[in-house]
Amino acid sequence: MSVTGTPATGVPVTGTSVTEAVHAAGGMAGGLLLPWPDTDGEPFWQYALRGELRVQACADCGLRRFPPRPACPRCHSFADEWRPTSGRGRIWSFVVAHPPLLPAYAEQAPYPVAVVELDDDPTIRLVGTLTPSVRRPDAPWNAVPVSRLRIGAPVQAVYQILAPGVAVPRWALTTP
Amino acid sequence: MLKDRTAIVGIGQTRFAKTLDEPEKTLACRAVLAALDDAGIDPAEVDALASYTMEETDEVELAKSIGAGDITFFSRTGFGGGGSCATVAHLAMAVATGQASVGVAWRSRKRGSGVRPWTNTSVQLPTPAQWTRPFGLLRPADEIAMLARRYMHEYGATRDHLFNVALACRNRANQNPAAVMYDRPLTREMYMDARWISEPLCLYDNCLETDGALACVVVSAERARDCRQRAVYIHSAAQGLPAQHHGMVNYWNDDPLTGPAWTAARHLWKTADLGPQDVDTAQIYDAFTPLIPLSLEGYGFCGRGEGAAYTEGGALELGGRLPINTAGGGLSEGYVHGFNLINEGVRQLRGSSTSQVPDAATCLVTAGEGVPTSALLLRN
Ligand SMILES: [Zn+2]
Repeated sequence: MSVTGTPATGVPVTGTSVTEAVHAAGGMAGGLLLPWPDTDGEPFWQYALRGELRVQACADCGLRRFPPRPACPRCHSFADEWRPTSGRGRIWSFVVAHPPLLPAYAEQAPYPVAVVELDDDPTIRLVGTLTPSVRRPDAPWNAVPVSRLRIGAPVQAVYQILAPGVAVPRWALTTP
Repeated sequence: MLKDRTAIVGIGQTRFAKTLDEPEKTLACRAVLAALDDAGIDPAEVDALASYTMEETDEVELAKSIGAGDITFFSRTGFGGGGSCATVAHLAMAVATGQASVGVAWRSRKRGSGVRPWTNTSVQLPTPAQWTRPFGLLRPADEIAMLARRYMHEYGATRDHLFNVALACRNRANQNPAAVMYDRPLTREMYMDARWISEPLCLYDNCLETDGALACVVVSAERARDCRQRAVYIHSAAQGLPAQHHGMVNYWNDDPLTGPAWTAARHLWKTADLGPQDVDTAQIYDAFTPLIPLSLEGYGFCGRGEGAAYTEGGALELGGRLPINTAGGGLSEGYVHGFNLINEGVRQLRGSSTSQVPDAATCLVTAGEGVPTSALLLRN
């Protein structure tokens, strides 16, 4: 665990690590790849399991950074904290994946995948699948018609449990 | 400075095909021995080796099989196709600094008949795969398609621009009997009707899957004058890993569309007597069509955002402003991690290309854009 010090808000993450849960599941769930966290990424996945989208920030100079890494590229501090975000963002770009794909992915293809820039900090961008509504975190990956997608469309993070102890953020289309 | 102190004096390659029967190690040996024979240099004189970290025939296996002498320099460059030109650059540095005298760079790959790396689910590299693969962004084509759509959105690039790239490569392959796509012309209709791989990229925006091997030989400029073939001088060379770069998933910095080409280019031109305006032909890494407009911008052939428009009016064809990938490139000759672009650059400067640019005197060769990269500026 790389959580040292106290996060700026909320309680520090504790308990069984997501990494252990992913290992227990063999890295896969229903033929889909689970996130395989490294030490730096572990807190992100722990917060995701709680339904929170947090990003790593430097505890000394405050610079947010993604993906998580051991040191601050600006001031070189190793002290970090995990800052909450609003979970709101906009589609920066997207693809629609068609076969050839791994079998469990091919079953859902063609499916869109987006890169979303966060409203809190547009240089923090997250990859994710899409769902038509915040009420449908478990919707199939191909539930959003491609015709509804456009760069700049507003989205909100929702969380899908993929395996015991493992959740991933997805992006629900919202109305501006 | 490296400037013209070393030269490529031999090139060799196997056949390219979807499936070759011989193993990668055999293909590697064949390509290396062919390159040495082309140079007129005895394999026992080889004392430097360079390849990619992804190369599976290692130095020990290669050296003992070709009958190399004592090796005093060997290096590997990472990041897949980003390492192609770096292999030659490292040999040039080794020879120029006296660490070795005869260097061989090579790449052997059975990608056509072998497995595609992205299908391996056990190699879940934690960083950065944890931020992309669980979300269905599985393949290099998906990762680049994401940047491609953003590029099209920001600069008004269209599928027709990407088609211009695919067509130029295919037209050159149709003139090159060694190309996998030699007898397979491409039309705009075929391109526009092709199946998607990862929208906005279709089948023809993706490189081939090829079995094959290539090699080249690097010696000092003095030694080059005594070799069998016309010397092709390494005028300048560069590698590029930009600040806050993230590889093919370059989504997490201020400007994801400014890739490693920009970094490599700055160093390449800084150490050269020439500029982009002096380049007669370019062999530009083309695992995916959008890498061409991005590279044209990075290497300074046009301004930021102008790479797509640059491809208009036959600019990339023979007789155009900048004929590219004159043997067909990764899109249509064969995809061997970009090494075939190096050998074609050498042929252009020897005057022996199947799509010869008249009086070609300078050739830019680039490695994979979108990953830590490398480039060579060759002259004759
Ligand atoms: Zn800092």
